[in-house]
Amino acid sequence: MMLDKYILLTIVLAPLLGALIAGFFGKRIGRVASHSVTITGVGLSCALSIHVLYQLVWGGAESFNQNLYTWFEVGSTSAHVGFLIDRLTAMMMVVVTFVSLMVHVYTIGYMAEDDGYERFFSYIALFTFSMLMLVMSNNFLQLFFGWEAVGLVSYLLIGFWYKRPTAIFANMKAFLVNRVGDFGFLLGIAGVLMWFGGSLDYGTVFAHAQDPSLDMASRSVELIAGHPWHVATIVCICLFIGAMGKSAQVPLHVWLPDSMEGPTPISALIHAATMVTAGIFMVARMSPLFELSETALTFVLVIGATTALFTGLIGVVQNDIKRVVAYSTLSQLGYMTVALGVSAYSAGVFHLMTHAFFKALLFLGAGSVIIAMHHEQDMRHMGGLRKYMPITWITMWIGSLALAGAPGFAGFFSKDAIIEAVGESHRLGAGYAYFCVLAGVFITALYSFRLLYMTFHGKERFVVDKVKQHHGHVDHEHHAPGHLAHAPNESPWVVTVPLVLLAIPSVVVGFLTIGPMLFGDYFGNAIFVREANNVIGELGHEFHGATAMVLHGFTQAPFWIALAGFGTATWIWLFNPSIADKAENALRPLHTVLANKYWFDTIYQAVFARGGLRFGRGLWRGSDAALIDGAINGSASLVDQLSALVRRIQSGYLYHYAFAMILGLILLLGGSWWVFARIAA
Amino acid sequence: MITLAHFLSLGALLFCIAVAGIFINRKNVIVLLMCIELMLLAVNTNFVAFSRYLGDPAGQVFVFFILTVAAAEAAIGLAILVVLFRNRATIDVTAIDTLKG
Repeated sequence: MMLDKYILLTIVLAPLLGALIAGFFGKRIGRVASHSVTITGVGLSCALSIHVLYQLVWGGAESFNQNLYTWFEVGSTSAHVGFLIDRLTAMMMVVVTFVSLMVHVYTIGYMAEDDGYERFFSYIALFTFSMLMLVMSNNFLQLFFGWEAVGLVSYLLIGFWYKRPTAIFANMKAFLVNRVGDFGFLLGIAGVLMWFGGSLDYGTVFAHAQDPSLDMASRSVELIAGHPWHVATIVCICLFIGAMGKSAQVPLHVWLPDSMEGPTPISALIHAATMVTAGIFMVARMSPLFELSETALTFVLVIGATTALFTGLIGVVQNDIKRVVAYSTLSQLGYMTVALGVSAYSAGVFHLMTHAFFKALLFLGAGSVIIAMHHEQDMRHMGGLRKYMPITWITMWIGSLALAGAPGFAGFFSKDAIIEAVGESHRLGAGYAYFCVLAGVFITALYSFRLLYMTFHGKERFVVDKVKQHHGHVDHEHHAPGHLAHAPNESPWVVTVPLVLLAIPSVVVGFLTIGPMLFGDYFGNAIFVREANNVIGELGHEFHGATAMVLHGFTQAPFWIALAGFGTATWIWLFNPSIADKAENALRPLHTVLANKYWFDTIYQAVFARGGLRFGRGLWRGSDAALIDGAINGSASLVDQLSALVRRIQSGYLYHYAFAMILGLILLLGGSWWVFARIAA
Repeated sequence: MITLAHFLSLGALLFCIAVAGIFINRKNVIVLLMCIELMLLAVNTNFVAFSRYLGDPAGQVFVFFILTVAAAEAAIGLAILVVLFRNRATIDVTAIDTLKG
């Protein structure tokens, strides 16, 4: 049985249609119509995605791989719009559309008072379209289209509040850092086109990569004469640099924390659940290529491990609730990358899925807290919120338990699988990565529970100004930090329902899907792993069902490490908040390093931003102003001076002109006579 | 015996006088017109001399054409001169220098 291509087209185009209607006619059709039309589009898309997943898994449908439209042709290379729908794609489609739908509903509550309501809905629906184009693509060019389109929407949404200078700075930064990654990505695509069968089609390229007679694994090329380089390594590292930009891996991670300037719903959707995982998805999709190069995978592994541990550490010292979650996202993306680096692609994608649910939940929960606190994001002014907003409190606990990997919750299965896969691997760098992911477990628990305690437990560190209550809502943004116009209360149902709906998969999705996804043949041919690298296969021998894994989990190191993190966080932030300050003073150098985020931003700002500015100014002064303007102004003034001389000949007297004519005539006749005489002679 | 050379010399002499007249004259435009007429006459002399020398009457026919055109040209030239005088109130060549750069 085949999947119907019109269903697939509907999945992609329904959100686009919603985006166009809300974008162009938003002000005319009003708020309710704008959110209705986009939610209908995304809802339809979500329902059909679930249908497609059902067909693929239980309905016996075969993978769909077909070109639907020829975009353009250049010589023998043609670019198509086509879909490759296998189980990997179907899973991504369901995750993307489901989280997107939740975020759409949540936005009704979160953006209720915002002027850009219709614009926001248009953007997030457009994002859903772009992300679906990215995951459903069957060729590199369409993948790149989706890749850039999600980047564009991300840019638009980070700078959604375009009157804030910080937001404009953040979206410019995100855009520029992503350019660095995309440059590598584009080179990688060019490399694929050049060396892997001259096609951009996944099917052709992967068949070429796996063809034993071509032996792509040992093919070299001399980019610089005399230095043979491994083709697969070059291509894979270039592609991975793209993933580093999009999935915010060290050292291209700097844009993600700043992207928190955008509204919280998009932090949940774009900068936690879906877009930033596009890099992970892409590498998993390209597994036949990455399997060719041990070096590239080591590179992936080391970058991922570094990201997983060191960005998590920064999260411990952040006070902005969204930034804590943002650094946690960075760290979790590092985990996924580590999984890719040890050839455990399915574990990486599995963590991508569970992470999408619980991280979207955490962000939306943080957003709910922010609504209650009247857009106060500093956790130092929160505390004791649990009695005001119980639903948010409970769902945030669920999300944090899933994130910290409490046995039974979704994150436990995926994170444990990654840690064990790393322990199993013998790849260069696996030892370092194993240390990083284990230490990361402690850090994850530490910042997760710190966030919970500082926000929901302990003493209330905000003051409700009874006096100012008469002024109403209008001026609550102008209150001093920690001062609220009225007591915080639970968010409306449009906010809490998505929280609950996301909390459910955060608990159960890992338990239900780990069997087929990691150790069954859920992914089938979608992910390719060479026999020698098959760490997940090794783990599969020890896997005896999800329940056994939970029970076994209680005896394993990661659980005790997470428990230690939980204990430390509880001891410090729940019972002895004063210790936090003492520790901060005692560990002053460490705190300085973390608070400055290892000076990445400072260095980039000084070297690249300021250097670029100086370089540009140098070019302007030296090349543009001096050389080009000099040449043009110089030739103009030369003409000016010459004509000042020549104009003296124009005396205006008739007899001078006549004289010139006769002189000319004599010269002409004399000259031609002389020439003809020569020729005749 | 008057040979072709004499006629050509006369023509050249007349032409040179006319050119000199154009350059040396700094006074009035009428003299300029007269010099142009003189140039044409020099050419006519050449035509007649060659016609006689080569036995081809076509040269003498040309002279009639040139005389006719010269008459028309003199008429137009004088008409322009009248208009010029009306506009500038002078026919002094040195005063007519509107084209000065």
